Amino acid sequence: MNITTFIIVSVIKTALVLFVLLTAVAYTVWLERKVVGHMQNRWGPTRVGPFGLLQPAADGIKFLFKEDLTPPHVYKPLYIAAPMLAVIFAVTSIAVIPFGNWFSVGNFRTPFQITDVNIGLLVVLGITSLGVYGVALSGWSSNSKYSLLGGLRASAQMVSYEIALGLSLVGVLILAGTFSLRGIVEAQAGHFWGFIPNWFIFRGGQFVAFFIYLTAAYAETNRIPFDLPEAETELVAGYHTEYSAMKFAMFFMAEYANMITVACLASLLFLGGWSGPLFGPSWLQQLLPLLWFFLRVFGFLFVYIWVRGTLPRFRYDQLMAFGWKFLLPLAIANLVVTALVVVLKP
Amino acid sequence: MLHLILFSVFGLVCVGGAVNLLLQRHPINSALSLVVVMGALAVEFLLLGAEFVAAIQVIVYAGAVMVLFVFVIMLLNAGEEERTSGSRVAWLLGIPAVLAGMVIVCWALLARSNAGVAAIGALPGHPADIAQLLFHQFLLPFEVTSVLVLIAIMGAVVLAARPESVERTKREG
Amino acid sequence: MPDNDFVRSYLPLLIHFLLAGALAGALVLLSWLIGYRKPTRAKMSPYECGMTPIGDARARFSVKFYMVAMLFILFDVEAVFLYPWAIILKDLKRMGQGLFGLSEMFVYIGIVLVGYWYIWKKGALDWGLTISSPQAARITRVTRSGGSSQEPEPELVGVAGKGGL
Repeated sequence: MNITTFIIVSVIKTALVLFVLLTAVAYTVWLERKVVGHMQNRWGPTRVGPFGLLQPAADGIKFLFKEDLTPPHVYKPLYIAAPMLAVIFAVTSIAVIPFGNWFSVGNFRTPFQITDVNIGLLVVLGITSLGVYGVALSGWSSNSKYSLLGGLRASAQMVSYEIALGLSLVGVLILAGTFSLRGIVEAQAGHFWGFIPNWFIFRGGQFVAFFIYLTAAYAETNRIPFDLPEAETELVAGYHTEYSAMKFAMFFMAEYANMITVACLASLLFLGGWSGPLFGPSWLQQLLPLLWFFLRVFGFLFVYIWVRGTLPRFRYDQLMAFGWKFLLPLAIANLVVTALVVVLKP
Repeated sequence: MLHLILFSVFGLVCVGGAVNLLLQRHPINSALSLVVVMGALAVEFLLLGAEFVAAIQVIVYAGAVMVLFVFVIMLLNAGEEERTSGSRVAWLLGIPAVLAGMVIVCWALLARSNAGVAAIGALPGHPADIAQLLFHQFLLPFEVTSVLVLIAIMGAVVLAARPESVERTKREG
Repeated sequence: MPDNDFVRSYLPLLIHFLLAGALAGALVLLSWLIGYRKPTRAKMSPYECGMTPIGDARARFSVKFYMVAMLFILFDVEAVFLYPWAIILKDLKRMGQGLFGLSEMFVYIGIVLVGYWYIWKKGALDWGLTISSPQAARITRVTRSGGSSQEPEPELVGVAGKGGL
């Protein structure tokens, strides 16, 4: 493949992935409204299209036509840059995430992934760690009390839980021995005792790490029960109080895109990625891994929503204490035990 | 060819960010320019084949150290710098001195390098290679780092607690 | 070119980043172009639940936030050292250096944990009233004793005097 073809293929793949991601974001919002509605004995959206399925499109159009305010008290360059930064960092980490095996038509062969790099996991962690700028800068540049409080809370919370999140992955890295996300999935192939899959959550005994990862990821994405940055009873809407129209919607896009990234990463690192039964003709065998992967991601998104419908919000001191005094030592204990088992097991 | 273009572009981004850092008057803009410099540096590392270092550059410098900078600017409520009319001597001496320094550094680098070309992958850049070096050859520096982290942790606590202890001594004494 | 494969593995990442930037820019621009604008004075003032804003938003904040950011850097550095160690631990075991690999990292984690124990004991990880600032202790004192107490309760002075944050 010469370099021009390569770039064209990359652009097409990226555009496709971005389109799927944004559609998934829109329908996660729909799913959330529907599921939470039913959990609270309501219907959720029903009016626009069958089962309210066209609601996301209607919302998108509405956001475009809403009044795009730029209040005079804001620091304008950063006020406009902040939602853009939030979206850019939220949708970029999907580039290294593999969705399935290889796809081949005739001579053309490409993985279900934009690019597989040696340091895939580190790329995701690095981009996630930059996500804090969108939140902090929007809070600061809005020059409003609620925004600043929300932005400060959010960034302090995100950096606090980033450590627990990072340390919870060390156990997986010890077992897989690589940073490549495709490599990590391949390390989980096969079964033990005849039927239990070799997923790290079972075989490596990484269920504690799985719990830490999920909890920390909920805090990273500012979701209930860790949604203090936008605790509407205290802070109105937190860091995006002063935003309107599409800029406001962009923070939501970023939040849901981050949720999807977290769900993808959890499936890849702990639940064996796209492994699952393969059958049928060869084209079906190529596409089935995609289905198994999307089912896992869907499961994680459902749990996200379920948790939102179930748990109350933490208090800020509880939140910080939980991250620093419980999850962090637990993550260190997990990696120490994993290392001991790996080295001492004959 | 592509490699060279990318390397030059990100080199320019890096220098541009650094110049912008100096020219901006609002501290938050300067801090964000520094983030751009860090990011561009990470790409340069990447283009030199140092994948692991590039990732660490982003995670630690752009994602952690600069977050602290931005935090401090937010917390201190630092406003725009006041512009003082810099002394003429500083301009007259400073710019030639900077130029001279750059020439000396370039000359030293060019004169001392063996002018050899190393392909990507010839030097350790892969994470596993870095790890092998770090945990065998450079074991002592690595362990000393932990002491450094310990000292830094204590320093952070002492620094943050100081105003209160001053207040307490005033109250008690 | 020998390095072509390497550049190719990262080029899509750059393309993705640029496309994401274009997308974000397009969204902001579209919204700016399409959305109507009819500013009024009330709309343009900072949101404060319908009240006239009091004072400036740029107040000073607790040193705790600064503290968290500093501790974050330090523990992040620790985590960064753990990653390369984690991916070669199995290789070390294969070379018969498993215990060596374990011990070098356990010494490292041990020393950092001393620092962790120190900040825990110093109360740097506590938020809320137990943070024992003199002011906070005074407030607690007043509310607990119904606002009439003249002499400080020894127990609460103990909290305030412990030298934490």
